[in-house]
Amino acid sequence: MSEPLLKVENLKKYYPIKNGVLGRVSETVRAVDGVSFSVNEGETLGIVGESGCGKSTTGRMIMRLIEPTEGKVSFEGKNILSLSKSDLRRVRKDIQMIFQDPFASLNPRQTVGKIIEEPMIVHGMGNHKERKQRVEELLELVGLSAYHAKRYPHQFSGGQRQRIGIARALAVRPKLIIADEPVSALDVSVQSQVLNLLQDLQKKFHLTYIFIAHDLSVVRHISNRVGVMYLGKMVEISDSEILYDHPKHPYTKALLSAVPIPDPNSRSERIILSGDVPSPAHPPAGCTFHDRCPVAMDLCAREKPVMKKLEDGRLVSCHLYD
Amino acid sequence: MNQSILEVKGLKTSFFTDDGEVPAVDGVDFSVGEGEILGIVGESGCGKSVTSLSIMGLLPSPPGKIVGGSISFKGEDISHAKESRMRKLRGNDIAMIFQEPMTSLNPVFTIGDQLMEAIRLHNRLPKKELAARAAELLKMVGLPRAKELLKEYPHELSGGMRQRVMIAMAMSCNPKVLIADEPTTALDVTIQAQILDLMLKLNRETHTAIILITHDLGVVAQVCKRVVVMYAGKVVEEGDVKDIFNHPKHPYTEGLIRSIPDLHSKKDKLYTIKGSVPRPGSIEKGCLFAPRCEYVMDKCRTDSPELVGDSHKSRCFLHQVQE
Repeated sequence: MSEPLLKVENLKKYYPIKNGVLGRVSETVRAVDGVSFSVNEGETLGIVGESGCGKSTTGRMIMRLIEPTEGKVSFEGKNILSLSKSDLRRVRKDIQMIFQDPFASLNPRQTVGKIIEEPMIVHGMGNHKERKQRVEELLELVGLSAYHAKRYPHQFSGGQRQRIGIARALAVRPKLIIADEPVSALDVSVQSQVLNLLQDLQKKFHLTYIFIAHDLSVVRHISNRVGVMYLGKMVEISDSEILYDHPKHPYTKALLSAVPIPDPNSRSERIILSGDVPSPAHPPAGCTFHDRCPVAMDLCAREKPVMKKLEDGRLVSCHLYD
Repeated sequence: MNQSILEVKGLKTSFFTDDGEVPAVDGVDFSVGEGEILGIVGESGCGKSVTSLSIMGLLPSPPGKIVGGSISFKGEDISHAKESRMRKLRGNDIAMIFQEPMTSLNPVFTIGDQLMEAIRLHNRLPKKELAARAAELLKMVGLPRAKELLKEYPHELSGGMRQRVMIAMAMSCNPKVLIADEPTTALDVTIQAQILDLMLKLNRETHTAIILITHDLGVVAQVCKRVVVMYAGKVVEEGDVKDIFNHPKHPYTEGLIRSIPDLHSKKDKLYTIKGSVPRPGSIEKGCLFAPRCEYVMDKCRTDSPELVGDSHKSRCFLHQVQE
C-alpha cells in the first residue's frame, strides 16, 4: 500500500495549571495523551468521542492551530511540526478546516464573497477577476447561487452558512479537510443535505476527510474508518463496518449501545455507564476507563494497556485482548 | 385509555414584533393521559418550545401572547389564568426542566439552597426536615453523597449531575405533569442514556406524566408511547410511537425518519427533504409543507388540510383522498 497522506504519531497536548504568586505548575491537564493514526488519500477517517475526550484538540493540532506538546504529524512525508512559519502557511493551503458553529466561524461584517475569497488572497491565488469568478463557481458548487456573494452571513440559515464554510474551505483546492462537528448545530433535514454535499464533493475532487463528531450514526454514514477516543487517548480504531458491527473495546460497546435508535421496535437493553468522564487533570491510573468499565479486571487499575493489532486489522487498547 | 390530565385545544400563540404578528404556534391540539409519556418532535422553529412555555404560563410577554385556544389541566382552563394561580400550579402540579441545566440553576446559591427553596415554596417545613427532604430527592435521582452535594455550587457539578439536580427540583412536589424541553440535548450520549433511564424510572415509580420535547427521533422512539410531530407551528401527525415510525402518514414525518443516518447499516446516500423550514407566517395559503413535499398536489397549494384520523391522525390530503 502507498504512503498514507497524513500520519500522526504519539501526539500530545498538555496544559499546565499554574498556581500561586510564583506561577508554579501544580498540575497538568492531559487533553490529548499520545494519539497515533494515519489517513490514506481519498478516505474519510471519523473520530468520535464525548466532550472533553480531545478530539477537537487533535484536529486543531494537525493544522497547528494549537501547538502540540509532543509528537509528530507528517503530511505527504513532511513533518508539519518542524516547519517554519512560511512553510507552514504553504502546507495549510492543502489542509483546510470546517468548523462546528456556522454563526461564529463567519465574519459578520464581511460579505460572503469576501469570506470565500480571503483564503485565495492569503495564498496568492489568481487576480481579482479570477478570484471573483471562482467565488461564484464555489457558491454554485455548494448549492448556493452566484448572487449570494454580495450578501452577509446573517441573511442565511444555519445550513446555508455551513455551505458557505465549506465553499471557503474548498477555495484553495485543499487535499485534506478537517471537519470539526460540521453538522451538529443543524436540524436533521438540513444535516442530511450537508452530509450528502460533503460526500459529493469528496468524489468530485478526490478529497480526504477527517470527520470529528460526537454523533455515532453520522460518523458511520460518512467514514471509511473510525477512531474512538476517551480521555485523550485513542481506544479503538478500525474499518467502520467492523467497528460498528463488532465493537471490541468496552467503551466502544457502551457508547454504541447508548445511542437511541429511531425505531420503537428495537428498544434494546443499554449498557449504562455509571458516573462521568473523569477529569483529564487526574486521569485514573492504569487504563483510564477502568473505573467505569463493566468488565474491569485487577490488572486494569495497575497497568496502562497498549494499542494492539487484532486479526481483523483493527487496533484496540484494552487488556481483554492481550 | 387513561384519563387525560392535560388537554391542549386549538392553541395559538403569537409574537407581536415590529414587523407585525408572527404566529409561532398556530392551532395545536394534543392531550396527555395520566402517567403517559408523550413526545413532541420537530425541528428548530416548529413551535414545540413555545407550546411548552404557553402551557407553563412562562411566555415572555410582551411580545408573546396566547391568542386562541385552550389549555385545560384537570378540566380547568389555565390558558389565561392569573399569575397567582399559575404560581400554585407550577412546581406543584406541572413542572418543567430545560435544555441547559447551567443556565437554569443560579450560580451563586448552593444546590441545597435552591432545592430547599423549591420545596419551601409549596410545603412549609422546618429547616431540618427541608434538608432531609432535599437529600432524599438527590438520592432519588441517583446522585451519590447527597449530603455534601447540598453544600456545593452548580459549577462544581458536571452537566449530567446538574440535569439530575434540575429533575430533583422538578419532582420535589410530586407534579402530575413534567414537561422536559430538550432535557438531554446538551449532554453526551452515555450521560443522555443515564438521564433517559432516570426519567423512565421516575415515570414508573411516581406515575408522573411526561411531555418530552425533542428534535431527536431516536430519543422519542426509545422513550415515548405517543408522539406528536410538529411543523411550522402546527401538528402534522399524531399517533402511537410504533405507528408513527413504522407507517408514517405525513410526508414530513416520513422524510424526517428517512433523513437520519442509520447506526446499524450504511446507506450510499441519505434521503433529504429539499429546502428549509419556512419562516412563521411566510406561507399564506395551502399546506405549509407543500413547497418541500415530493407528493405535492394542486390542492395542497391552495387549501389547508385539517388534522384527521382516529388514533393515528395526520394533516395531509394524501390520506384524506383515500378515506
